Amino acid sequence: MSGLFEIAREGQTIKIAGDLRMHDATAIWRGVHGQTREASGAIVLDLSGVHAADGSVVALLVELRNELASRGIKAELVGANESVETTVKLYAGHDSVAKHKVRKPESTIAQIGRSAFEVKQEAKGILDFFGSMLLTAATLVRYPRAGHWKEIAPLCEKTGADAVPIVVLINFLVGSVMAFQSANQLKQFGANIYVADLVGISLTRELAPLMTAIIVCGRSGAAFAAEIGSMKVNEEIDALRTLGLTPFGWLVVPRVIALILVVPILTLLADFIGISGGLVVGISELDLTTQGYIIETLKAVHGWDVLTGLIKSVVFSVTIALIACQQGFAASGGAEGVGKRTTSTVVTSLFALVLLDAAFTAIFRAFGV
Amino acid sequence: MSLHVPRAVRSSLIRLDRGMPRRVRATRERPMIDVKDLTIGWGDVVLQQHLTFSVARGEVFAILGGSGCGKSTLLRFLIGLEPPLAGSIDVAGLGLPTLDAGLPPFGVMFQAGALFGSLTVGENVSLPLEEWTDLPGDAIAAIARAKLKLVGLDGAADKFPAELSGGMKKRAAIARALALEPELVFLDEPSAGLDPVMASDLDELIVTLSKTLGLTVVIVTHELESIFRVADRVVMLDKETKTIIATGDPKALKTSEDPRVRSFFNRGKKES
Repeated sequence: MSGLFEIAREGQTIKIAGDLRMHDATAIWRGVHGQTREASGAIVLDLSGVHAADGSVVALLVELRNELASRGIKAELVGANESVETTVKLYAGHDSVAKHKVRKPESTIAQIGRSAFEVKQEAKGILDFFGSMLLTAATLVRYPRAGHWKEIAPLCEKTGADAVPIVVLINFLVGSVMAFQSANQLKQFGANIYVADLVGISLTRELAPLMTAIIVCGRSGAAFAAEIGSMKVNEEIDALRTLGLTPFGWLVVPRVIALILVVPILTLLADFIGISGGLVVGISELDLTTQGYIIETLKAVHGWDVLTGLIKSVVFSVTIALIACQQGFAASGGAEGVGKRTTSTVVTSLFALVLLDAAFTAIFRAFGV
Repeated sequence: MSLHVPRAVRSSLIRLDRGMPRRVRATRERPMIDVKDLTIGWGDVVLQQHLTFSVARGEVFAILGGSGCGKSTLLRFLIGLEPPLAGSIDVAGLGLPTLDAGLPPFGVMFQAGALFGSLTVGENVSLPLEEWTDLPGDAIAAIARAKLKLVGLDGAADKFPAELSGGMKKRAAIARALALEPELVFLDEPSAGLDPVMASDLDELIVTLSKTLGLTVVIVTHELESIFRVADRVVMLDKETKTIIATGDPKALKTSEDPRVRSFFNRGKKES
């Protein structure tokens, strides 16, 4: 055996000698275990040859003693020098024969039950939040000073201006990919020019608002939840309240307003860029002229198409901001809690966005617009 | 540590026409804080019960107790962050403090400071002044600097909270709590994590503010030295019996008949 220690057995005595160091702990643990496997009656662990011992090794020896005791074997640690003896005493403090409680994995039924309760709690939390939000909105109308209006402009920059590159890139790609995919089909009928209609209408009505909202949700929704969540766990929200400032007026309202201002603008930009993406593919792959494509787009896309997209985007932005803020306020228990709420913000918002989008499509269809 | 308190700004601070309710001061006759048969906790969990005590105006009052007995939680109840499970709280003659309805009649220093991370230290201290007074910007900046100097943080105004040590954060938070010249401040473990010199300076500051301005101070702490230096009266909470086991002058409690109280007050004596 390598290392600075020796383990030897003489009858009922196990002699341990040398330096018992942490990096030899595995070998020592196996060594003493090997020696005591068939032991019975009483055992003496003779530590008289030990010069020095690390705490963890001593802890293991104490653990071994407990283990043996639970098997009905009386083991004694003897002969330790003063410092080792002190360490033994230190670790023998929690001498109770440790019965490791193995945490049972939660059964499926228990998980379902717990989630059901959590859903109830969550729903209550969300309703609570919207209730307070409405109350605050009423207060703000009476006392406009309670809002943190100064915060709106910087928030617009963070959520709007800073999102422009990614919105442009994604919507350009969406527009061109759509043009590309539909072109293959339309080519067969010699209906190349209708690519412009398809791209224009589907972007303005559906894809641009949705893609933009998804980007905003991932960027700003997550940021809102994380910001407010860490303020919550740092007691900053409580501090805000003790300064007589309402967290809703101070944090939520500016965020909702910033997104309402910014998301429709981003959506308009996305409309334009997406159609440009279609145009580029139309010219390069479908032998369309720039002029022809633009004329066809203008013919196909009506103001109402753009407007429905913008209406959607306003609703999306309110949804994202409120979900993010609500989740932020619900954070508790440190960094992990903030992370959990940030994740759930993105997941919940995405779900809500797609659901709302479907609802809108149904409603607009029902009204024939 | 300089003890310059810009007393002149006191009267000019609170504007009446802000739309939100103005803070109301406690009357001379009534105690600053009056707690009767209070139960604190959440849901089914009772942390402390049958708490009855009052804090007189101008008093430095300490809430004591071992770790985890609910001292800081009691503070959260006193400032209205949590609704009492039972019993009554009256702060500054206004009943249970209602937050989210105007400026509360007190300043609070939270245990970890709770400074706004997105604002500099100076902005943290200026914020209540900007929101609740009509003072011009340069006056606000001057007051914020003075408050920071008061707690020994001159020159830290442009730093962000993340750049400060734990003790500095606490002191900045005290400066923020004092910004609007409240008559009542709550300090959650103000001297924990400070070096002995700083801690004693802070104690001195608390005593001076209390003596000169009639400031009522409620401190949550378990630092014995600090208790003896600053506290006029204390209540001691107990984790086992879940209620107050001692009230009164800390010096008198050294010879208390209750062994739990005696050991609390004398263990520190051995150390010091």
